[in-house]
Amino acid sequence: MKQSLIIILLFPFLVFGQKFTSETSYIRFYSSAPIEDIEAINETAKSVIDLENGQFVFAVQIEDFQFDKSLMQEHFNENYLESDKYPKSTFKGKIVDWENKEGKQEVEVKGELSIHGVSKKVTLTGSIDVAASLVKIESVFTVKLEDYKVKIPKAVFYNIAEEVEVTVKFDYKPYLN
Amino acid sequence: MLKNITLLCFSLLCTLPLVAQDDLMSILEDSNDDSETREVTATFKSTRLVNGHTTEMRPSGVLEFIISHRFGRLNEGVGQLFGLDDSQVRIALEYGIWDKLNVGFGRSSVGKILDGFLKYQVLRQTKSGKMVPISLTAFTSVAVATGPGAFLESSIDNKFSQRLSYSYQLLAARKMNSNLSLQVMPTMIHRNYVFTAEDPNDVFALGFGGRYKLTNRLTLNAEYYHQLAEHSDEYYNSFSIGFDIETGGHVFQLHLTNSRSMIEKGFVAETSGRWSDGAIHYGFNISRVFNLKAKK
Repeated sequence: MKQSLIIILLFPFLVFGQKFTSETSYIRFYSSAPIEDIEAINETAKSVIDLENGQFVFAVQIEDFQFDKSLMQEHFNENYLESDKYPKSTFKGKIVDWENKEGKQEVEVKGELSIHGVSKKVTLTGSIDVAASLVKIESVFTVKLEDYKVKIPKAVFYNIAEEVEVTVKFDYKPYLN
Repeated sequence: MLKNITLLCFSLLCTLPLVAQDDLMSILEDSNDDSETREVTATFKSTRLVNGHTTEMRPSGVLEFIISHRFGRLNEGVGQLFGLDDSQVRIALEYGIWDKLNVGFGRSSVGKILDGFLKYQVLRQTKSGKMVPISLTAFTSVAVATGPGAFLESSIDNKFSQRLSYSYQLLAARKMNSNLSLQVMPTMIHRNYVFTAEDPNDVFALGFGGRYKLTNRLTLNAEYYHQLAEHSDEYYNSFSIGFDIETGGHVFQLHLTNSRSMIEKGFVAETSGRWSDGAIHYGFNISRVFNLKAKK
């Protein structure tokens, strides 16, 4: 009875929507290795966040990662991430102990990160900044390439780090049906 | 009112967390614009199939250094180390002026031939949005034989105009799937001067080629140029087969071919050996790219 009361109380939020969709996005991956630092930036990623329950998803088109060196970009798609086969990378998760309030707070997000066709349970840390009609999210985490079956041959001339650093930033606006 | 009730029911369903996440995912998918035009990339690993060009372009600001060797005939035996003692070389620098316009210069050791080319991308195959079924590249080159050895009679002082030849090609390629790419190459060669009366000044040929990806970094390539017009009995059609091995910044192309020349005029119109006679040459191209200007 109590539960259903809570659900009923939540109705207004759900009906009017606490969902926000991303307006701008920035995803950067950075690999630091002795021979060469490699960086790629993707600004076409999309994300949705639901402030009502702290659920958070994003999807990245692998092809849209822009490298300084075009050949490297080609190899990234062709040889490492195999974007023909696995065009997208996604994350879906939920903020731990989510408290829907205005202002900036540090949060943990538990969820499933899928890269190169492999899904892994991960916990990301980052910050969320909530204002009336604007939400910002920022997170930096590391991805171990081996976990996602991204193979790096021993003989490659530019060294690629086994772990890459991923930075994710989204700015959101309220979602209108 | 009825609408409100439906909404209420819908939101009730959404309270299940799992369902809700998928719901968020579906919002994401709805917002994805599939009508966006996406171009096909990496139809070939290199700007060369074996001897001839592919539709691949070097992007703006990328300089490529290519060093190619064609050795003597395999059937020369162990005394000549199966042709390896007798190598011919072409050294070339090629550059992306724009993404759609490439320029290149090369020098071949035989005949001391200098060549220069322009390559322009007319169409690029797409995989979504506005459909373009093929990539189409126009290619033209001019070659100057600068050495006395380029002519039958080296004592005669040939005029400059006699030393020139031109090539025109249309390269049409389609990446059929991520492994298989095919290319057709209608070609015309014009030589200002030919050695014998049987040799036409203009040679028309139709080339066919393709690549098959064996692994992510290894492809099998084949290339054939069929001459369409009458030509002297000394010259044959060019057929080559080889592998591309890609290792980061380099592409190694190793091949077997009956053509020794590494420029269009030579391998399309003046291939002097036949596979069936054992006139098979081992050869390789090694390419290294340099980024001269940062993207952005």
